Formats: sequence, structure tokens, C-alpha cells
Amino acid sequence: MDENLKRSIMIEHYQNPLNRGLVNDDSYKKVNMNSKSCIDNLDYQVKIENDVIKDVKFDGEACAISTSSSSIMTELVKGKTIKEVENIIENYENMINEKPYDKELLKEANCYDEIYKQPNRKKCALLPYEGLKKILEENK
Amino acid sequence: MSFKEDFPMLKSDIIYFDNCATTLKPNSVIDEISNYYKNYSANAHRGDYDISRVVDEKLLEVREKVGRFINSKSADEIVFTSGTTESLNLVIKGFFEDYLKANDEILTTKAEHASLILPLFEIAKKTNAKVKYIDLKDDLTLTMENVVKSVNKNTKVIALSHITNVIGDVRPIKEICKYAHEHGIIVLIDGAQSVPHEKVDVNDMDIDFLTFSAHKMLGPTGVGVLYGKEKYLSKVKPLILGGGMNAFFDSLMNVEYKDLPEKLEAGTQNLSGILGFGKALDYINEIGIDNIHKKEVELKKYMVDKMSKLKNIIIYNKDIENGIITFNVDGVFAQDVAAYLNKKKICVRVGNHCAKILSEVLGVKNTCRASLYFYNTKEEIDKFIEALDNDNILYESL
Repeated sequence: MDENLKRSIMIEHYQNPLNRGLVNDDSYKKVNMNSKSCIDNLDYQVKIENDVIKDVKFDGEACAISTSSSSIMTELVKGKTIKEVENIIENYENMINEKPYDKELLKEANCYDEIYKQPNRKKCALLPYEGLKKILEENK
Repeated sequence: MSFKEDFPMLKSDIIYFDNCATTLKPNSVIDEISNYYKNYSANAHRGDYDISRVVDEKLLEVREKVGRFINSKSADEIVFTSGTTESLNLVIKGFFEDYLKANDEILTTKAEHASLILPLFEIAKKTNAKVKYIDLKDDLTLTMENVVKSVNKNTKVIALSHITNVIGDVRPIKEICKYAHEHGIIVLIDGAQSVPHEKVDVNDMDIDFLTFSAHKMLGPTGVGVLYGKEKYLSKVKPLILGGGMNAFFDSLMNVEYKDLPEKLEAGTQNLSGILGFGKALDYINEIGIDNIHKKEVELKKYMVDKMSKLKNIIIYNKDIENGIITFNVDGVFAQDVAAYLNKKKICVRVGNHCAKILSEVLGVKNTCRASLYFYNTKEEIDKFIEALDNDNILYESL
């Protein structure tokens, strides 16, 4: 993926985020991710049925990296089983931390594969996956 | 004087515009700290041998220097702490907690730093005193008129920063103290953003308590000051007990504390830091605090004039005379602006700047803040302007 394409994907998901906007529905589990080291403040909602992620929503105020990465994450995990999602999270974290990972699995999220060059933006790219992990943990 | 020669950090290619958070350190400060560790690394108050006596003498010298810097009546009114935060906690919990009764009122504003607001909240809960906010004007500044309007017979304390750290407005402290004292009110001033940048004269302004930090004025981290008028400072209860602050104790729990200021300085102090702070004051005195202020105002004017010519830049504190410029780039989240500037090696701060309740008044939650000090240059500002003169800031921040 060339640099311009990566940036275009991020901008597209930042300006037109998918699954943005929370729902008033108790069947969703909710978590707030208020980054300690920066000003990102996002809420995530996940609906889990029979070990499958049925739906994911997010909303809040945050930078272009964490907003776009939230949008991409929601599409990436929807319809997947918890096991599959855990595998996606692990691979995504490996990518961010410059370890070997499965490119195929991460689709558009590959656009963050060089975020390590901006170390203080890594936490922004990781924020949605941290939120998702928290919800999966609480679901156990 | 060559700032580039004196400040090692200025030799890097970084443009440092976050001087409200902390300032860079000159060689004289850095050298003094290592001088302590290399040549007279002894504890204070152990006058039995020469190098300890040297430490005591130097400690007193810095205490007197601090006293002269803010024009206190005596060096005994200067207490060393770990920083403004500890100083504020010490005076609020060690004095106001006992001083206030139920329904007494503490006046402050919504523009204050967490280090002032949070201890106030805690003692208000404990004493059932009330925290009240003086109205700010639309431009977020504080007028004497609004102070007067907020005072009533229950007002016992006014606690404010001299200069706020978000928009940098200068409060009329002398007038506030005069009015407060006529009404039996004690005034606590957080000078963290003022003492490093303009003349603060506790005697002339008649301030009761003043707090500030060394690291925001060329000194090392971990050193701060609590100034208090002797009549009030002597009533501050030590929050930390131990060595260095007691005069006597026995097994029957009879305890006697030392006099001021040692009474409030339990344990081994940050000696190397305090001595380094002395050199920081020397450096500031050599330039002259009034010249420092003048230079900051000049730099800000230069910066604001150039920023105003750019499209899409919103400045929140154009007309306030000091080195703080609070701004946003229209349509770009503050964090992304800072990430973009970071790529250009320009350091600015984003966020709510520890004044979380100000967003209730400001209307925007997050801003970028560039804060200048005397060693910043017009060349650096030109590079900053060149970076901001770009329609693709969001794109290039990624």
C-alpha cells in the first residue's frame, strides 16, 4: 500500500466514519475509552449474540487516527466470531508494534502499518482495539 | 549573552513552544546540580563538618534570593516544596481546612488549574464551605467589578491564578488583595504562570500566599515555593512530619516543631534542585524580569500578526499581553494539528491544559497552545507560520 493510498483511506474513514453514533439499546455492551495521555475520548458499543459480533458502534471526540481506525475496526469485526476477532486484535497489535502479522486478515487496517514512525500516535491507532478488548473481557 | 550557547536544548533542531508546561535549562543550572553531587554532596542541617555547612549556607543563600525576587519581608516566609502543586495542597489542606467553617465561601474561577481546584473541592467537602465561581467576561478575563460582585459576608478566601495557563490573562491582583483585605478575606495566588514572566512583588501587591515552580523558570523539576505572610504561614500545619522539622520529641509523645520555614520542610529536601534554582534566578535577574516580559509581548505580537493573516486559524487570546497563544486550525482536531507540528519538530501542547471546567465557558474543549519564553526567536516563529500556512495540515498529520 503506498503512502498516499494509506492517507486517503484514513481521511475517508475520518470524514465519513462508518458505524458512528451510539444506539439506545441495552443489548449492546458499552465502554468509554478516555485516553490518559492524549485527548481522545470515544465510546464503543458492541452487540454480541451466540459468540458472534452482531454490531459495533462508536462515537465521541478524537483525532483523525483514532476516529478512522475506529471506523475501520467496526467493519473489520462485524459478523465475526469472538475467536476470529481475538485473532484480528492480536494481528493488529503485532502490526502496530512491528511484529510479524497476517496482512490478509487486516484489510484496510493495513493503512496503519507505518504508524510506528509516529510513536505518540500508536496509542491512537490502538484505542478502538483496546476498547473492543475491554468489552470482550467483560463479556467472558 | 548568547541563549544558543547557554541552553543546550536550543542547539537541537527542535522548536520549543511549550514553555507554560516547563522551560529549558541553561548550563549554569545544569552545572550547579552536578557541582553539588561532585563537590559537596552532603545533607543539610548537619553542621558538624565543612561540606554540610556549605550546603546550609548555599540553601540559605537561595532562600534569600527567592525572597528578594518576589520582595518578601523575610527569607523565613519562603518554604521550599516539590512544586506549585505541593505548595497549593500544603496551604489549602494545612491552613484553609482548619480556617474555614460550614457555609463560608471560597471564591475562585472556572479557568483555574486542577492543582488549585481539586484541593479546594476536597476541603469544601470536608468543611461544608462552598466553592463559588466569579463570573468571567466573554473573553474569559476576570474584572475587578465581577470580583466585587461575588464577595459577600461569607467570603473568607479568594484563590486564583495570577495568570491563567490556558488564555494567559493577567488578573488585577493588587486591587483584588486590597479589596479582599478590607473585607477580611485571605488571598491565595497561584503564580506558576506569572512569577517566571513578569514582576510579582508580594509586598506591593499585598499577597497573603503565593505559589510557584522552579522548573517553569529555568530551574530543575521537583522544586517549588510557598510564600506566606508570616502571620498566616506560621499557622500552616505541616502535612508531612519527620526529620529536619522537629525541635524535640520524647517517648511520652511530647513534640515540638522547629520554627518557619523548616517546620514545613520535613525530610531531606531536593538540595541539588534548590541550588540549581538559585542559578536559574541569577540568570533571570541578569536579563531582568521586565525585559523578559517585554520580549515575550513583542514575540507574541509578531506571531499573532502573522497568524492573523493565515486562513483557518482561530486565536482565542489575541489581545492578552504575554507569551501565550491559544488557537485552533478550523476543521482540524487539535491533536492532529500538534501531531502535524511535531513532524516539523515544533512542540506545542494540546488539550484542556489541566483546566477542565474552562471548556464549559470557552465553548471548545480542546485547543492548541503555543507558549513562548525569552529565548524563542522570530526565526522560529517564521518556521511555525510557514508550517501552519498549509491547506493540507490534516492530510500531512497522518
